[in-house]
Amino acid sequence: MKPKSVAVVGAAETTKMGRIPDVSVIGLHADAALNAMADCGLKPSDIDGVACAGISPVELAHYLGIKPTYADGTSVGGCSFMLHVRHAAAAINEGLATTILITHGESGRSRVGAGGFARSASSLAGQFEMPYGPVGPPTMFTVPVLRYLKTYGYTVEDLANVAVIQREWAALNPRASFKDPITVDDVLNADMIAWPFTKLMCCLVTDGGGALILTSAERAKDFPQKPVYILGTGESVETPMVSQMYDFNSSTAFRISGAKAFKEAGLTPADVDHLMIYDAFAHLPLYGLEDLGFVKPGEAAAFVRERNTAIGGKLPLNTNGGGLSYMHSGMYGMYALQESVRQMRGTAAAQVKGAKVSLSQGVGGMFAAAGTVIFGNEAP
Amino acid sequence: MPPRMLPDPTPETRHFWDGCKEGELRLQRCTACQESYFPPRPFCPKCACREVEVYKASGKAVLWSYVINHRPRPDMGTEPYAIAVVKLAEGPTMMTNIVDCAQTPEALQLDMPLAVSFAKQTDDISLPLFAPAKG
Repeated sequence: MKPKSVAVVGAAETTKMGRIPDVSVIGLHADAALNAMADCGLKPSDIDGVACAGISPVELAHYLGIKPTYADGTSVGGCSFMLHVRHAAAAINEGLATTILITHGESGRSRVGAGGFARSASSLAGQFEMPYGPVGPPTMFTVPVLRYLKTYGYTVEDLANVAVIQREWAALNPRASFKDPITVDDVLNADMIAWPFTKLMCCLVTDGGGALILTSAERAKDFPQKPVYILGTGESVETPMVSQMYDFNSSTAFRISGAKAFKEAGLTPADVDHLMIYDAFAHLPLYGLEDLGFVKPGEAAAFVRERNTAIGGKLPLNTNGGGLSYMHSGMYGMYALQESVRQMRGTAAAQVKGAKVSLSQGVGGMFAAAGTVIFGNEAP
Repeated sequence: MPPRMLPDPTPETRHFWDGCKEGELRLQRCTACQESYFPPRPFCPKCACREVEVYKASGKAVLWSYVINHRPRPDMGTEPYAIAVVKLAEGPTMMTNIVDCAQTPEALQLDMPLAVSFAKQTDDISLPLFAPAKG
């Protein structure tokens, strides 16, 4: 085993998922954390590092009775958990902590104990975007897309295809929110949210959470679950304003984060057996496939249309059903990581047979940030 | 209808909003590398030089990308409206709304030429909006 290897030894989602009106945000964090501790047989007193987004790591630590030597409150949107995994791996190697708990919980639908989405009128986004009428992610994350479609000759049907194929994956997942098959026409004829995005090209809004526990790979063999090793990680941030992306056809943050993770892992896209790309909206898997190097720019739509990412395809993508059909509480990155861990353990509902390497790509805050984690189930 | 969400200028952005009030679209340019940039800040984002100047931009742009919001924010009225990004002739991109134009995919064609116009909101704030260029 390579020295300084780190593994996920505990992983779990909240007991319930979807609509959970009787649990507050911090309660969802705690439920996921307790499930993850049960998964690996640890107690709060065994945890010496905490990380979370949405709430403060101070709230998390005290609520669970943890007295940590390490706290990470990095909060850059839905990919924060990818960054937490990356920071935790470095922290474990540096001796800052031995056993780090990363949690997510969000009352996205029921809004129990949830904060708001307000931006100060004196922030740059408050001055130079909010006056023009955006209403949260459906009208912000989507702004670059018409340019992207024009650049590569993609169509609205290409966006719809992403949703249709992910619904096919969701049908295999008993915990998925939406399992009934849909067609391209169903997607195109759904309620218009923000042209060209219909409701079925937008993620769900649900309640839920998840938690991960990381420790050194040396210790990992002493835990009950099959260790899932961290092979490589990356992160980057780009812009707080979607209108100021460097290139509307590509996420610079994706490119930097993905390249860093592949380099660290010593792998290439051809080595990846299973892929998760955070899909808050239907265009994100297309950007991700291109920006991570799985296909060349301009090839992603055909790659999806030809069913390479579908059941039986050569690159199974978003096998839990994704944010479009599985669940999306607001910061979905944790659920992508959970599905990667399940795939590496061999316990996923739609298990990819023989998968040895899984990549989880997160995006945060309307293309503001990105995080990448490459997992493996063989000791590096 | 509630009052429109408006910017609260900071010392670093004051010149931009004063310009809008006076009917000028003001950008900044680096005196060292000549980079034009937006949004405002007191140094060049390309070369970090602090010697930057404010100048009056042409007000010309093309439609770069947009969505048409079908669930209007209460302060924006009741009809669908485009949340657009324009690419200014000087290079930077800027979020805005498109006025004097139907808010439909047919009317809003990418790369159509646009010109700035200023919509007074309060004594202090006018918003830079863009309309199809004439002629």
